[in-house]
Amino acid sequence: MKLGIVQFKPRKGDVEANLAALGEVFAQLAAESAPYDLIVLPEAALTGYFLEGGVYELTLSAEALALRLADLWRAKGGAKRPVDLAIGFFENDSGNYYNSAMYLRIGERDHEIVHVHRKMFLPTYGVFDEERFLSRGRRLGAFETRFGRMALLICEDMWHTLMPTIAAIKGARAIIVPSASPGRGLGGDGELESVKFWHELLHAQAIEHGVFIFYAGLAGFEGGKGMTGSSCVVDPRGRTLVSAPALGACVIRAEIDFGEVDLARANLPLLGDLNAVLPDLLLDEDLLSHTTATLPPQSPE
Amino acid sequence: MNGATTLPVIDALPSAPSLAIDCELAATWLQAFLEDELIARRGIRNAVVGLSGGVDSAVTAFLCARALGPEHVFTIRLPYKTSSAESLSDAQLVVDALGCNDRTIEITPSVDGYLQHEPDADARRRGNIMARTRMLVLFDQSVKLGALPIGTGNKTERLMGYFTWHADDAPPLNPLGDLFKTQVWALARFLGVPKSIVDKAPSADLETNQTDEGDLGISYAKADAILALMLFGYDDARIAARGFSSQEIGIVRWRVDGTHWKRHLPTTAMLSSTAINEFYLRPVDY
Repeated sequence: MKLGIVQFKPRKGDVEANLAALGEVFAQLAAESAPYDLIVLPEAALTGYFLEGGVYELTLSAEALALRLADLWRAKGGAKRPVDLAIGFFENDSGNYYNSAMYLRIGERDHEIVHVHRKMFLPTYGVFDEERFLSRGRRLGAFETRFGRMALLICEDMWHTLMPTIAAIKGARAIIVPSASPGRGLGGDGELESVKFWHELLHAQAIEHGVFIFYAGLAGFEGGKGMTGSSCVVDPRGRTLVSAPALGACVIRAEIDFGEVDLARANLPLLGDLNAVLPDLLLDEDLLSHTTATLPPQSPE
Repeated sequence: MNGATTLPVIDALPSAPSLAIDCELAATWLQAFLEDELIARRGIRNAVVGLSGGVDSAVTAFLCARALGPEHVFTIRLPYKTSSAESLSDAQLVVDALGCNDRTIEITPSVDGYLQHEPDADARRRGNIMARTRMLVLFDQSVKLGALPIGTGNKTERLMGYFTWHADDAPPLNPLGDLFKTQVWALARFLGVPKSIVDKAPSADLETNQTDEGDLGISYAKADAILALMLFGYDDARIAARGFSSQEIGIVRWRVDGTHWKRHLPTTAMLSSTAINEFYLRPVDY
């Protein structure tokens, strides 16, 4: 499978200009001699990430976006080149607003929305304010693609190790992570502390579950906050196959052999071990009492 | 193991915020910030920087030169009659090092034109008038030059409220506002800012023989360390446990707590459910 991750740098709030710019990227990718099988774009790719109340003016339905993207791909040289596309966007579903990511199959004449994941962990602290404006997703699903089973996790979804764990248990062999991460922390060695944290996290999750991770980071400054692209592909043994710099737009590409997943899991069967032990962990009554410990006490009858 | 063997003991690093920064990374990041905000977002290729002769404006000019090229950087010296000669000559060192555009505009006639009606104005009022007059010039020159004025305020002075409201903090872009003063010094050394500028005692130079550390009553090294701990969420007892006196902690906390208003836009009476920045929320780059 030929994978391309587009580290995109949108113009804030200008969907049409960003679609036009994406069309140029599509033209570039469609012109390569070997066709792409999967193209991945970041979170909030066509709008920028920090929108506050402007988000309601910039949401699209999944269907409307899928149609625009399929038409754009075919118009820009992809008519004879079926491709799968994953992209983060702000979704309007009948007045319910989500930070979503879509996996889209684009054929020569048709297209199909394979899966829409709605971000479940909406960061709402410090510089982040997502849950003030958006609803959270309620379900984490893995889905079949022509290359094997995958899952989508958006940015903070990936910071909770339970999420890639559940995705892997549900059969995902690759986890696609559209992200928009404002960089911070100058104390690292040559890279921002926030980028370093991401790399450590992706590395550890890929190894633990024996999955590929396709991480697409948004680029560009938004009101002083620099988005740290740093897109990368991590293989099921935790090796970073390719990574992009934090700054600027670019494309990274990789040839993905999903047979590596089976080999990595044979070598380090942590996922199998987890499947064996998980029922004991989940059926532990004490676990539930801890997760409900923060609930307020009930008033006496 | 026999009794004579002594095992090596390895101490943990303290779990506390560090003020150390990767200067190369900081310079690259701030250069990209200026390029993106000026050229990509606004289509503006020129920057105006008021050069005081101090380290903050010198670092700002160096960063602008990296981002835009020195031919697109317009430094302006804005002396008042009481400004020290050293301020002007140190500013010249920056101009010489960068090869950027340079101009000196005396603010004395403008400032004194008003002050002749207010002969009793104290040093604080006079300083505020000078700072606001300087901004008036920088904004006007920016229009003339097709440029944007670039702010030079650092995180320490922003937190301590050690600036004139709607003057030093007025420019629309501020590259240094999230760096403590000691971090600005480190960045200055990395960028090659002339040594005499980095090593001299910082001064607003609004009064004769004025120094920042004299005004603030604490050294920048101590203030920055205390501020970093404070912003990390540490209470006074935990800060004191790291070797700071209650007087030093008190000076910093008093200045921060008394100046939250200076880090905000004016307070507007809210009367509707569409009040700007309360209900009607759009980011600055929308």
